[in-house]
Amino acid sequence: MTDDHDSVYDGLLGEDDSHWAFGTSFEDPLAGVDTTIPDGADPATLATYCLMLGDDALVYSHRLSQWASNAPDLEDDIALANTALDLLGQARLLLARAAAADPSAVPAMPEGSPVPAEDSLAFFRDEPAFRNLRFVEPENGDFAVTIARLLVFSTYRLALLERLASSSDPVLSAIAAKGVKEVAYHRTYAGRWFVTLAQGTPESRRRLEAALPLVWRHHDELFATHPVEADAAAQGVGVDPAGLAGEVGAVLDQVLATAGVERPEVPSAGPVAGGRGRDGRHTEHLSRLLAEMQSVARAHPRGQW
Amino acid sequence: MPDSQPEDFAADGGHGAVPLDGVPTALGEQPPSGEWPLYEVFVRGKRGLNHVHVGSLHAADDTMAVHHARDVYTRRNEGVSIWVVRADAITASSPDEKDPMFAPAGDKVYRHPTFYDIPDDVPHM
Repeated sequence: MTDDHDSVYDGLLGEDDSHWAFGTSFEDPLAGVDTTIPDGADPATLATYCLMLGDDALVYSHRLSQWASNAPDLEDDIALANTALDLLGQARLLLARAAAADPSAVPAMPEGSPVPAEDSLAFFRDEPAFRNLRFVEPENGDFAVTIARLLVFSTYRLALLERLASSSDPVLSAIAAKGVKEVAYHRTYAGRWFVTLAQGTPESRRRLEAALPLVWRHHDELFATHPVEADAAAQGVGVDPAGLAGEVGAVLDQVLATAGVERPEVPSAGPVAGGRGRDGRHTEHLSRLLAEMQSVARAHPRGQW
Repeated sequence: MPDSQPEDFAADGGHGAVPLDGVPTALGEQPPSGEWPLYEVFVRGKRGLNHVHVGSLHAADDTMAVHHARDVYTRRNEGVSIWVVRADAITASSPDEKDPMFAPAGDKVYRHPTFYDIPDDVPHM
């Protein structure tokens, strides 16, 4: 770190911002991006679809961030925090896209409020307006539960984003292309830990085997197509999750086989009040998570961050 | 300097040679439960030609060390390549030998190539 040319950290503050995919503006995540609705797409459908994918990322990001300072060691603490931040970045872009597509989806704020639209969506919507899967809501549990859930979620989301990169909405396509690289690493990280825990010590294997049924309860929900997702897919902007089940299952079976663990046979969690997460029906975990996540923004609605 | 054996030194956290006593770095030795072996991390930056030492970390094995290095040391778009090596695989010079190792070169200024006239038509000098 003595000579200037010896440090890998040189050059980070240069004038070329091209390596920051969406520029360096912290004010507007879609600065300079053309947010015109593509032909054949319905603005409200596009916005709701973006909320679904954005809320998955937002809620799961908050869950993973709860590991900060609590992970088994410093290196995994940072790894999980990085993963949470990647997902938060995806959430921000997706919520901003939703707001741009359909401004009426954004909660009304007091006159002169400095809260940007994507923050308003994140912090001033109530639980029934969240469209995330229930899969991402439950408490983290121990490290084995966290790894098992991260494996399933990142496998699912990677397959989804890979297809979404061909969306007819260029904004959604670009967000997906950026996310593919991030989520591919999340999957690698989780898959490796999954095998390590399965073949580590008797205690790590016991914990992993106990974790699988908890995670698999909500597995089927990932592939249950909501009418909005079907519409978004039909309009060319979205992806029908039912079409992901084969690829996701094959990847998970490969990891399970490598780990020497059986795929759990557990009854699927049923609908709540006739609905699922995509309908705005959630587990009790989400309300507690939102209470924590939204409390500061709601206490200071005119705060500048 | 306390009594220590010059042959028992290895790299540690990029801060030069330190005694190995009590540090789980010996090759072939099972680390005590709960402690992972130490790895040194080298990153090649976007504009750099060489891998440069950036720090150290603990990991259970080589592959995990690369993952951890990616998470800990390349979060801000620093690198395009990572090397990791177990700290105990590095043989380091001993601080006790600092004078015989390095002091003799200190007063031999004639070893620097500064006593030559460089012709004007020789580029890149």
